[in-house]
Parts: sequence; C-alpha cells; structure tokens
Amino acid sequence: MTDVLLEIDNLSVDYETARGDLKALRNISFDVRKAEIVGIVGESGCGKSTLISSILRLIAPNTRFRSGEIRFDGSDLLKATEREMRALRGDEISIVFQDPMQTHNPVLSVGQQMIDIQHRSKAPKGEKREKAAQMLAAVGIPDPEARLDQFPHEFSGGMRQRIAIAMALMSEPNLLIADEPTTALDATLEVQIIERLQELQREMDCAILFISHHLGVIAELCDRVVVMYAGAVVESGDVRKIFHEPKHPYTRRLIECDPGHIKTRARILPTIPGEVPDLANIPDGCIFRDRCNQATERCMAHVPPLESVGEEHMAACWLNHEEVTA
Amino acid sequence: MTLLSVDNLKTSYGPVNVLAGISFDVAPGETYALVGESGSGKTTVIRAIAGLAPAQEGSVKFDGQQIRGIPERSLRPLRKDMAMMFQDPVGSLSPRMTIGKLITEPYKIQGMRDRDLDAEAKRLLEMVNLPAHFANRYPYQLSGGQARRVGVARALALEPKLILADEPTAGLDVSVQGELLNLLNDLRERLGLAMVIITHNLSVVKHVADRMGIMYLGRLVEEGTTETIFESPRHPYTRCLLSANPEPDPDARLERIALKGEPPSLLNRPTGCEFRERCPFSQNICTNTPAWETSDGHGHRCLAPLT
Repeated sequence: MTDVLLEIDNLSVDYETARGDLKALRNISFDVRKAEIVGIVGESGCGKSTLISSILRLIAPNTRFRSGEIRFDGSDLLKATEREMRALRGDEISIVFQDPMQTHNPVLSVGQQMIDIQHRSKAPKGEKREKAAQMLAAVGIPDPEARLDQFPHEFSGGMRQRIAIAMALMSEPNLLIADEPTTALDATLEVQIIERLQELQREMDCAILFISHHLGVIAELCDRVVVMYAGAVVESGDVRKIFHEPKHPYTRRLIECDPGHIKTRARILPTIPGEVPDLANIPDGCIFRDRCNQATERCMAHVPPLESVGEEHMAACWLNHEEVTA
Repeated sequence: MTLLSVDNLKTSYGPVNVLAGISFDVAPGETYALVGESGSGKTTVIRAIAGLAPAQEGSVKFDGQQIRGIPERSLRPLRKDMAMMFQDPVGSLSPRMTIGKLITEPYKIQGMRDRDLDAEAKRLLEMVNLPAHFANRYPYQLSGGQARRVGVARALALEPKLILADEPTAGLDVSVQGELLNLLNDLRERLGLAMVIITHNLSVVKHVADRMGIMYLGRLVEEGTTETIFESPRHPYTRCLLSANPEPDPDARLERIALKGEPPSLLNRPTGCEFRERCPFSQNICTNTPAWETSDGHGHRCLAPLT
C-alpha cells in the first residue's frame, strides 16, 4: 500500500441544477501509484474534467461531494481546508491544461511568470531566474537564458506547451495532472511532448495522470489506463490488458472506432450508435446498456460492480460474471 | 474538371510572409486534406480562399471565376456555394442566438425570404442527427460534439459545392468523430460535395481524403493521392510527420524519424531548402533552392527526394 500516491475511493460528485442533481461522477475508484503514468480515456462529458477539478478542488459553486474520499499521500483531500489545498496546488500537485495558447499571461515575459510561480521559495531573484532557465533547457527550449525575456506570443504552440510543462514541474511535484496536453498540436509536436514527459517523469520520479481522447497517445505513454463512461469507471488496468483484452463492451467499441486501429482505408468509419444517458435522470442497471449490443435482462435491472477480471485488470460488466459461473 | 483552383497564393502580414505561394486544385466531390506543422499556414490558406484573410498575390478560381480580392459585395452570393466550418465549435456560434436561428441564418444572409425557416431548421437538425427541440437551445447548452454538428448544419444549409473545414474533429472522441466524418461522406456521395479539410489526425486523413498536401513554412512541400503519400513519401518532412503518428497499440514499435530543432522564423527564412536545417537526410546540394517537381500527379519540393 505504501506505493500508492493518489487513491480515489468510491467518489460520487453531483452538480445541483434546476433540473435536479446531475450525477457527474458515481462511485469512482482507482489509484495512481508513485512514479507511474495513468491514462484516463472516455467521451466528452464522461466526467474527466469533473474528476480533475475535484482532485484539485477547483470546483463550480454548485458542486456537491456526495460520497467517497480522495486520498493523497494518505490524507483525504475532501477534508482539507482551503488553505491546505492552496499549499498543495502547484507544489505537490501540478496541472498542464489543454490549450497552450491561453495558458500563459500574454503581458508578462515568460521569465517573469516562471519567477512568479516560485513565490513559495525564499531564494533570491537571480537564483529563481537561473532555475527558470534550467527548466526551459530541460524541456528542450534552445537558448533558454535569452528566451526568458520573451513574451508568450513569441513562442510557437509546441514551445508554449513545453513551457507550461516546465512551469508545472518547477516545484518537482509528486503528481502532474495533464489535461489533453497534446490535442492542439500536430503529430510531430505531440510526439515531442510525449517523449519529453516520459523523460522528465523518469528523472523526477513524479506520477502523471494523463487525460486524452487520443488512444494512440495513451497506448504509447501510459502504464495503466482508466476507462470512463457517463460518470463511471467501466474498466481499468494495465495498458496491455486494456488494449489487447478489453473486458468491457464500451472499451472494445472505443478501440474499434479509432481510425488508427483500422488498417485498410475505409470511407465509412465505425461509431457507437446512441447517445450518452441523461445524467440528471439515470436509468436503472448498467449505464452503457442502451448502446451495448450484448445487453441482457440482468444489465437492465442491476448496476454491474467494478470487479477484478484478472491480474491488474478490473471491469464493470455482467458478461464477465457469466463467463466465470459458466 | 476543377471546382477550386488555387494558384501561387501569397499572404503577408507586414514583413511576415505566411503563405509563400500555394497552388492546388480540388475537383467536384473530392476531399483534399491539408496537413503540416502548427503555424505552417494551413488555416490562412482556407481563410484566404474564403476571402476572410488577405492574399496579396496569386489567384483563387472557384467554378471558373476569379475570386481573390473581389469586393465583399461580389463575394457574398458565392458564399452560397462555399461554406466554412470553423475550428472552435462553440466559439463560432453566437451565444445569444438559438440553434434554430443560427442554422437558418444563412438563408437570411442570402435573402431567401421565401423559405419556411422553421421547416428548414427541422430538416437540418434531422440531417445532422440532432433532436428537433434543439432549435430552441442556446450554444452554451450543447456539448462539443453537438456544437460541431450545428456547425455542419450551418455549413450545409445552402447545399454548397465546397466545404472548407478547419480541424472539424479536434477534441472529439473517436465515436463522435466517426459520426461526423460519416455524415460528411454521405453528403459527398449524395450532393457531390467537395471538401478541403485541415486536420492533425493523420489516421483521419488516411481514411477520408482522396488527395493531400503537406505544408511547411507556408509552402506545399509534397502533394499527391493519399495512398501514394502514405506508401511512399518523397519529402523528408512528410516522412517525419507520418512516422510520428502514435498507434493505438502499447506493443507497437514505431520507427520514428526525429525532426531536429524548432521551426525557423518566418522573418528570417533559411536560404536554399527551407527544411534543410531540420532535415535528417540533408545533403550538400540542399543549399540550393528546390523547385516543385511532379510526376504522375505526385509532386514534391526536394533536391534529394526519398525513394
């Protein structure tokens, strides 16, 4: 147990709305161990963002935590005071956001911003500046000393995202949350960012929670994967298990839908017909049942629990139970 | 037959020449993909075609008519036949208009007063697989995927001959991406729609594009049918780009060809081949300026092309 860094245990989060409570996250459980990379995949609206904002407690006023714990280094973040959370953010837990173009302050030089975020350190300004230059060099920005005086608009998109990573890693956090950090970048830059993240992760021994739509990136970067659908974890486990022997129909369909998975040219691409259920009015049974072509009566009435289906592999599907009993 | 013909198109913002001469053709019913590095000028190309970005030199012929630099008044009737799908799905919809108003706005702009706008809204929503009651919703009530579909409905309202789509599937999950691309393909088959599509997703290009152009620093460096380019790229940049595409298989061993350094500044373009400083295959002759060479519809701008 000592190697677990972040433990999400039975977390349920609602948004209070005029239409009633929107059940954005329901009984989420998974963990991130020290110095590993965990990927989270799932459709837009599956609760990935709610999950991140719950961990950092950067939440909308109508957010309600209904059950569960978020344990970081053993202590429950949901019980932490705002002051304690502030001390944690940007120090032990850092985040890199999706859009590199909007993540920096346009009117301050990059160096100034990198010095500002070291506000906790008592070191003299010159030292802070030196550290900023070192971090820029570490993410592969050439001529870092001179570039500290430049403004965000003088950098390309890929460089800005690398600067965001440099800033997030400055405090040597134990956990880095990366929210679709490569979505806005082309393939060559995407690969650069992934490789850089891997290198830095090994050097600094920090854990990464990596959120992405891009299954190729997840397959390449992550040790373990959590698959979310409509506010629930449907499958989690070792990256090879998830991609090679998926045990939940949703995971299987998701992988089939990836055009990167289809080798011969196809004009018509596979899709998952149907819509995500209304989270303010959740149907009985399995959350995926209406879009699942293998659903049975049992799936209509009862929610399948997330249970072990093998070593380092969990899934929430009744089909696996039938296999076991048969 | 050619629907869109772009010839030596050049765009400068002050001293920065963003497009340094772009030429390509699109036939009716054809899907043409533009790929390349962020900042290579892809978005500027399609904005310049649509008259939304300046283009100081060159020609853009649409349906045989020269449209570069013509006044907005003359351009407006042509916009019926040429629709744009913008990059930011929610940001491109006015937050104060309902979806119904937004998707029927093109009829008003084109002065088609005889249309029954409610009926058109219903028809368009159905076409993009959104429920009819969405006509009364506002953009903030939509998910990213739904907003994309509204963008498609708006672009298709006037049954254009050409769609200019800037990253139509960025940020969408694979299933919704598939739905959207299938919808566009269906319209291509039924209406003979031609498309210029910009995307970073090379797997998408592979499946939907008939031909593709690869851009680097505001120029095309290679062009050809999608199959030929994926099978035997001639330009080293294309090879690097294609080798970077991550595969959805944790055991895939990719032979990546790393790109050296950073893209050069447009204010200080390299001499000779503009890619040579970053090129893993560069040779002595690359200090000369490469010309565009083409054979069998496969063109490239490289002095030492790969075989």
